[in-house]
Amino acid sequence: MTAQADDDLWSAVADPSRRRVLDLLINNGEVSASWLGRQVPFSRQAVSKHLVVLEETGLISRRKQGREVLYQVEADRLDQAARAMADLAAQWDRRLAAIKRLAEAAHAEDRKRKQHNDQSSDRNA
Amino acid sequence: MPGLVIDRDIVIEAPVAVVWRTITEPDRMIQWFADRVELLVEPGAHGYMEFGDQGGPVVVEAVDPPVRFSFRWNHPRGEEPVAGNSMLVEFTLTPLGEERTRLRVVESGHELRDWPDAEKERYADEHRDGWVEYLDRLAGVLAEGPSG
Repeated sequence: MTAQADDDLWSAVADPSRRRVLDLLINNGEVSASWLGRQVPFSRQAVSKHLVVLEETGLISRRKQGREVLYQVEADRLDQAARAMADLAAQWDRRLAAIKRLAEAAHAEDRKRKQHNDQSSDRNA
Repeated sequence: MPGLVIDRDIVIEAPVAVVWRTITEPDRMIQWFADRVELLVEPGAHGYMEFGDQGGPVVVEAVDPPVRFSFRWNHPRGEEPVAGNSMLVEFTLTPLGEERTRLRVVESGHELRDWPDAEKERYADEHRDGWVEYLDRLAGVLAEGPSG
C-alpha cells in the first residue's frame, strides 16, 4: 500500500516547536540543551522534552563532553525521512497525473460523441 | 499528535463530473490506483484494494458528489479504522469553470486529537508552509553538510 511511514518520526517533526529545535541543530552543529534554551521562546523543560522525543526517533543523538551533554543531528536518519516523504508525495503526483490523463481522455470521448450526435458531418480537423 | 501529511493538487481539463467518475468508479480506479478494487462508494462501506501482491481493507468515509470523496486505509486487518491506526485519503474537487477542475488530495496520518486548541491552530498556521517543502529543504541543507 503506501510507503511505510514512521509515525513516531512524522509526529516528532510535525510539531513546530520541535521543528525549530531541529532547525537550530541542523544550522549549528553540535550544541547543548542550555544553548538551545537561549535561542527559543519556550522553557528549558520544553526544550528537554523536545530533545527526548527527537532522540527517540533517531533524528538526533547526544554525546557527553566533560560536564556537558551535546546534541547533534543524525543526517542519515533525516535524509531517510525526507526521502520517504518525497516518495509518498511523488506516488500521489503520479496518481494525480494518471487521473488527469484518464479524465481528459474521457472528456474528449464525450465531446466527440456529442459532436457526432449533434452534426451528421464529421468533426472539423 | 499529528502524523504524516501529504497535500498535492492538479488542474484537469475536464468537467468536475468526469473527474468524479474517474476517481470513484472501481473500473476506472484500477487504471490509476490499485490493481484490484472492490469498493462500494457509500459512506461507511468496507472494501478491499490490491496492489501487486499486497492488499488491504479500505473504508469509505465521505461521499459528497461531485466534490468530496474520502476513505481510510492502512489500518491493521480486522480492526475498524480510526484516527489513530489508519491513513485518511481525502479528495476535493473544485470546478474552475465548465471544463476545468482542480483536484486536491490530502493523505494524513494521526490527527490532531490530543492537542490543545491553541496548539492545533498554531500547527495549522505553520503547516501551511507544507511538509514536503520542509523536508526537502532539510534534505538540501544536509546535502551541503551542517555547519559547525
